[in-house]
Amino acid sequence: MSTDVYQAQVMALSKDESHAGSLPAPSASATVDNALCGDRVKIDLTVAEGRITDIRHHVRGCVLCKASAVAMSAAAIGRDAQELAAARQAVSAMLKEKAPAPGAPWTAYAAFSPVADYKSRHTCVLLAFDALQKALGMGR
Amino acid sequence: MSFDVQRVRAEFPILGRRIHGQALHYLDNAATSQTPEAVIDRVRRHERESRANVLRGVHTLAEEATNAYEAARATAARYVNAARPEEIVFTSGTTAAINLVANSFGESLRAGDEVVLSLLEHHSNIVPWHLLASRRGVVVKFLPVTEDGRIDTHALPALLTARTKLLALAHVSNVTGAVLDVRTVAALARERGIAVLIDGAQAVPHGPADVQALGVDFYAFSGHKMYAPNGIGVLWGRHERLAAMPPFLGGGSMIHAVTTAGTTPAEPPKRFEAGTPPIAQAIGLAAAMDWIRRHDAAAVEHHVQALTGRLLDGLGVIDRGRKRIRVMGPSGLQGRYPVVSFDVAGAHPHDICTLLDQSGVALRGGHHCAQPLMEHWGLAGTTRASLALYNDAGDVDAFLRGLDQALGRLL
Repeated sequence: MSTDVYQAQVMALSKDESHAGSLPAPSASATVDNALCGDRVKIDLTVAEGRITDIRHHVRGCVLCKASAVAMSAAAIGRDAQELAAARQAVSAMLKEKAPAPGAPWTAYAAFSPVADYKSRHTCVLLAFDALQKALGMGR
Repeated sequence: MSFDVQRVRAEFPILGRRIHGQALHYLDNAATSQTPEAVIDRVRRHERESRANVLRGVHTLAEEATNAYEAARATAARYVNAARPEEIVFTSGTTAAINLVANSFGESLRAGDEVVLSLLEHHSNIVPWHLLASRRGVVVKFLPVTEDGRIDTHALPALLTARTKLLALAHVSNVTGAVLDVRTVAALARERGIAVLIDGAQAVPHGPADVQALGVDFYAFSGHKMYAPNGIGVLWGRHERLAAMPPFLGGGSMIHAVTTAGTTPAEPPKRFEAGTPPIAQAIGLAAAMDWIRRHDAAAVEHHVQALTGRLLDGLGVIDRGRKRIRVMGPSGLQGRYPVVSFDVAGAHPHDICTLLDQSGVALRGGHHCAQPLMEHWGLAGTTRASLALYNDAGDVDAFLRGLDQALGRLL
């Protein structure tokens, strides 16, 4: 397994414009900041019957923050709040406890596993999840 | 004029470390500098041979610890040319020193009184005043900054009013490295009876200050940025100012007498040193000050200026005329200390810092606790390289080489 924080998959995700931007009529939106560096993630959502039907992200942040927002957005559609909380928990455990990377549909996060050695960068990966959970009213 | 940087480097054991298999190139000195053997040994000797509380016991160890602690105060007084050692208040750092002034001197301020700061202040010289504004209705005003990252002192006269009670400014910016002309600003304030507090955290690591010549009322700084241990700082205060100020924290040591009816505070500096002070740290600070003074100041300045020039020139070479790298501060060597912040269009400071860490280069990225300045520039943060006297051309070249490679991956 690569130990490079900036391996090709992460760099490619950071340059991927999928789900970038904003939704014209979101059912929920939230913005969160990383107090350490001033980075910011804004998430727009539409939700139907408790599941995300569409999502957009706007990121002012680093490669890891941008890449995570893209990876998360791609996997979040069709998920409910409980699944999203479990996904955040799995990504957090991968970073903080070096637990195995989460399974489908979150497998893209395996590319972020080298970030585990950089505690100060964990928030960069988790910030998009925090914005998503805030938008869903889950308190982060 | 002689300065043997390799001999100096040999005094810093940490510089022999390897990071990710690479030699360490430590360029985060504006955050915390490293500590030479002389300081480590002095602290160790105190802890091994003379550890005791100060100003209380009558046994031999207590006497030794007290003598060393008060000798450290005298050393600090000489370092900033205080009129007397009693003008030196030991604190935990610059932040605590400024909070002391905001809470104690701040007691004399009324709603509508004004405190003038600048846009480039560290949060430690903004937040205490915001808190004071919340408590007492004091108005906080901000001097603008010039395009080259200096406090715009030309704007000062128009900002001062009859309600202005304090000017609180950084001697040297922790972001841009720009040096403030303190004497001129202090003279302007003094004419109007306005007190002046200077945050000297980024100035004193590069040599002693002269608070009497500067003409200020308070001067705050930290040990950990000047080769000393963490957890020690100094508030120098003009004696008549300190004598007029009430205590900030209450507890042991800061009293003249306590009865059930009340407390009579001690005279300064004890009045402001409640509880057991950072004894070993103060002794280490004095050792660091002695260590700094052992060097030829002019030779050190020449060495550090040459490295700063090498760094600034190198950034221009890496940019190759594409104007992607922007130095956020003075572009030349005049009126600046060796703190260089820069923005790279399309590359995030933390990505640059992580990639350079993999090359053994320690930098700082982010807002540097100066969010109003970042907001003014429209940036979330910058990347900062900051030098100390133990840095050499190899450090600067490793930084430039690493940055060039990092930008090759990120852009």
